[in-house]
Amino acid sequence: MKLEKIESFDALKERFEAVRHLLGSRVEGGDPNKQYEREVLVCGGTGCVSSDSFKIIENLRLEIDACGLSTKVQVLKTGCFGFCEKGPIVLIQPDNVFYVQVTPDDAADIVRQHLVGNGRVVRLLYEEPLLKKKIEKSRDIPFYKKQIRIALRNCGVINPENILEYIAADGFQALGKCLKELTGPQVIDFMKKSGLRGRGGGGFPTGLKWEAAARFASEEKFIICNADEGDPGAFMDRSILEGDPCSVLEAMTIAGYAIGASVGYVYIRAEYPLAIQRLEIAIEQARQIGMLGKNIMNSGFDFDIELKFGAGAFVCGEETALIQSIEGCRGEPTTKPPFPAESGLWKVPTCVNNVETLANIPAIFTRGLDWFTSIGTDKSKGTKVFALAGKINNVGLVEVPMGTTLREIIYDIGGGIRGGREFKAVQTGGPSGGCITKENLDTPITYENLTAIGSMMGSGGMIVMDDSDCMVNISKFYLEFTLEESCGKCTPCRIGNKRLHEMLTAITEGKADKDIMQRLSALGETIKKTSLCGLGQSSPNPVLSTMKFFKDEYLEHIIDHKCRAGVCKNLMQYVIISDKCVGCTACARNCPQNCISGKVKQPHVIDQTKCIKCGICYQKCKFGAIEIR
Amino acid sequence: MEKAIDTCEQSGVAKEMFEKLDMFINSFEIDTNGTRRKGDLIRILHRAQQIFGYLPEEVQIHVARKLNVHHSEVSGVISFYNYFTTEPRGKHNISVCMGTACFVKGADKILEEFEKELGIKAGQVTEDMEFSINIVRCIGACGLAPVVTIGEKVFGRLKPGGDVKKILDQYRSEVAE
Ligand SMILES: Cc1cc2nc3c(=O)[nH]c(=O)nc-3n(C[C@H](O)[C@H](O)[C@H](O)COP(=O)(O)O)c2cc1C
Ligand code: SF4
Ligand code: SF4
Ligand code: FES
Repeated sequence: MKLEKIESFDALKERFEAVRHLLGSRVEGGDPNKQYEREVLVCGGTGCVSSDSFKIIENLRLEIDACGLSTKVQVLKTGCFGFCEKGPIVLIQPDNVFYVQVTPDDAADIVRQHLVGNGRVVRLLYEEPLLKKKIEKSRDIPFYKKQIRIALRNCGVINPENILEYIAADGFQALGKCLKELTGPQVIDFMKKSGLRGRGGGGFPTGLKWEAAARFASEEKFIICNADEGDPGAFMDRSILEGDPCSVLEAMTIAGYAIGASVGYVYIRAEYPLAIQRLEIAIEQARQIGMLGKNIMNSGFDFDIELKFGAGAFVCGEETALIQSIEGCRGEPTTKPPFPAESGLWKVPTCVNNVETLANIPAIFTRGLDWFTSIGTDKSKGTKVFALAGKINNVGLVEVPMGTTLREIIYDIGGGIRGGREFKAVQTGGPSGGCITKENLDTPITYENLTAIGSMMGSGGMIVMDDSDCMVNISKFYLEFTLEESCGKCTPCRIGNKRLHEMLTAITEGKADKDIMQRLSALGETIKKTSLCGLGQSSPNPVLSTMKFFKDEYLEHIIDHKCRAGVCKNLMQYVIISDKCVGCTACARNCPQNCISGKVKQPHVIDQTKCIKCGICYQKCKFGAIEIR
Repeated sequence: MEKAIDTCEQSGVAKEMFEKLDMFINSFEIDTNGTRRKGDLIRILHRAQQIFGYLPEEVQIHVARKLNVHHSEVSGVISFYNYFTTEPRGKHNISVCMGTACFVKGADKILEEFEKELGIKAGQVTEDMEFSINIVRCIGACGLAPVVTIGEKVFGRLKPGGDVKKILDQYRSEVAE
């Protein structure tokens, strides 16, 4: 594809008119000039791609050709629709019909029944789990009803590998407006008024950050997009980069204009190959149409963007460590001040912003301050994307207005707890955050509220846990993570966390002293106060918060040597109840240790000294004769 | 997949690999006396690991010389980042995700099964160099938890007691052919 250069803001507006038909059937109302009668959108995000969505696309195209529809129907790959639980997803527009869990073999039915026959493939429609009712249109599915999409506005709507579709979705209008109508300080003023706060964890106001970087005079400055997304269990940044890479490029260019930088870097994890590929395509196309490079839209402003790669270190998400990493060093954080705004990459003023923060920016400029500030709460404006995962029915990405309650997210959008089990806690903020329990389900989500109840917004990972999860074990899991990821520069984090982890291990093995909880909290508080960077300063949070909310469960482990969730292996036993055992031998045949004995049709016994607590016998017994104690 | 260097030295494959790497490094036109000469180090190490499969000492020294930095600086960077390895990996490298979403869905049991099936621990390689296991933290496919990747291929929604063996059998039959 050869793309023509856009020389001015007016030319951009003309180009918009010329390409808006591309989204004809995909946006509300539609464009009468649309090229195709129907469009079939197939999710091309990492999740659905690993479930064969490329093969679905291929089969759909073959089938459409075979039915002679290729001039009337177009098949497109888009970014993530967010409803990963039900992937791969296929959306047919303008009908707005939403097919879930599609396999490559379903292509024939979709083409013949829907596209040719104008019917519906009922078996592929989403079924509302409570009422067992099929729902046809995506906008009627509860998962989408309470969502407002700003950062994710183009994900699942446009083809991320075609910059013209981004232009058709109002792309680069914000940049054009800034370059032509606003000065740098005016852009910053606008950002300050919007109330947008960083989505990467800290929640620092973006306008203020830009102002700080603009204040320091320097010939050279840098914009960095933080796409390191280290919180395990969060995947919104990946989805944005895969589904709408151009919006991030546009926002970085606006930021560059505002602070006076002409070079930007996207620091991206090497674990995200698809996002890297889409970014590379987007950068190349943006250069071709003149949205990156010299004299953008004839404004005299130059800006270009390059990718920098991470290499699997969580601490590199911290901005000073990230800068070290771009400089080709070990990613160890440095003390602040000086803040990056004053002395960042190569010691010049640098502004680091998160992917989701950036993705909001073009929309705020095109739709205006009144619109944006009307969404959210007083101090937390706009929306936040959360990655819902764990024991929830609808795993996926959800974008909700700030101020939405956890209950709405978990029950209305998330569809409640998997398998009808009982909600226990939700962990937000990843390894730096804490648990939120039933009592706080109705707290409106804002930066301040989450901190007040002992957790934090973090990057938006939301892991839902049920009664089969052991809270001691979960906090041990997070500490293992921190331990591995601590850069080792300062002692409290490097050694303190190791001691915390040892204590937790002792608890899960039933070897802890009675006063261990006091020692845990004393050490935890010390680590928080004395560590150098955010990683160490927040690493004890999961332990401290679970100790606070699940004290009984800790005490049961410590004093009664019991794990009520049945997770801590050293604290449990599998026992065969002889009254219930019919002697079918199923357990004995499957035991990997061969430690179950007994004659056919007679009660069996488990040799506790050899049992490794794998739980296989428990699963295999069809008579409920094995109990966990 | 690239073979270990010592086994290919004789065939001249190693020479070809170094040439490939040099071509990549030269494309950056690095000023070897400039203060920013390390800026492309991580990208170069990524490429080197792609070419050689791992980062043995001779590759490290080679890169250090090309950038005019000390070998210790290069090895310091390699040891810091989990993605880089100084030991060869198996032909099929199995990455088991131990991110939070996967963990609460039982990733530890999946890892255990791989370890047991292959008779190695995470971080090790089987004797025939066919398989290796390593742990990764979230590949962003949490919707499919628990997730395992082998090469570029992603396997999701795995259940203990069967899936692991099935996956391995796929690759084992490839070996047998
Ligand atoms: C240990 C640690 C890890 C972090 N990881 C990330 C990350 O993966 N992505 C991110 O955007 N910010 C991360 N941050 C926050 C960054 O330091 C920084 O505040 C953020 O990128 C600023 O962007 P924002 O103002 O747009 O949120 C992390 C911070 C700490 C202390
Ligand atoms: S707190 Fe931990 S991760 Fe941060 S600088 Fe200190 S040792 Fe490194
Ligand atoms: S599987 Fe159940 S019923 Fe059968 S022998 Fe074992 S304990 Fe008894
Ligand atoms: S936690 Fe495993 S893919 Fe995210």
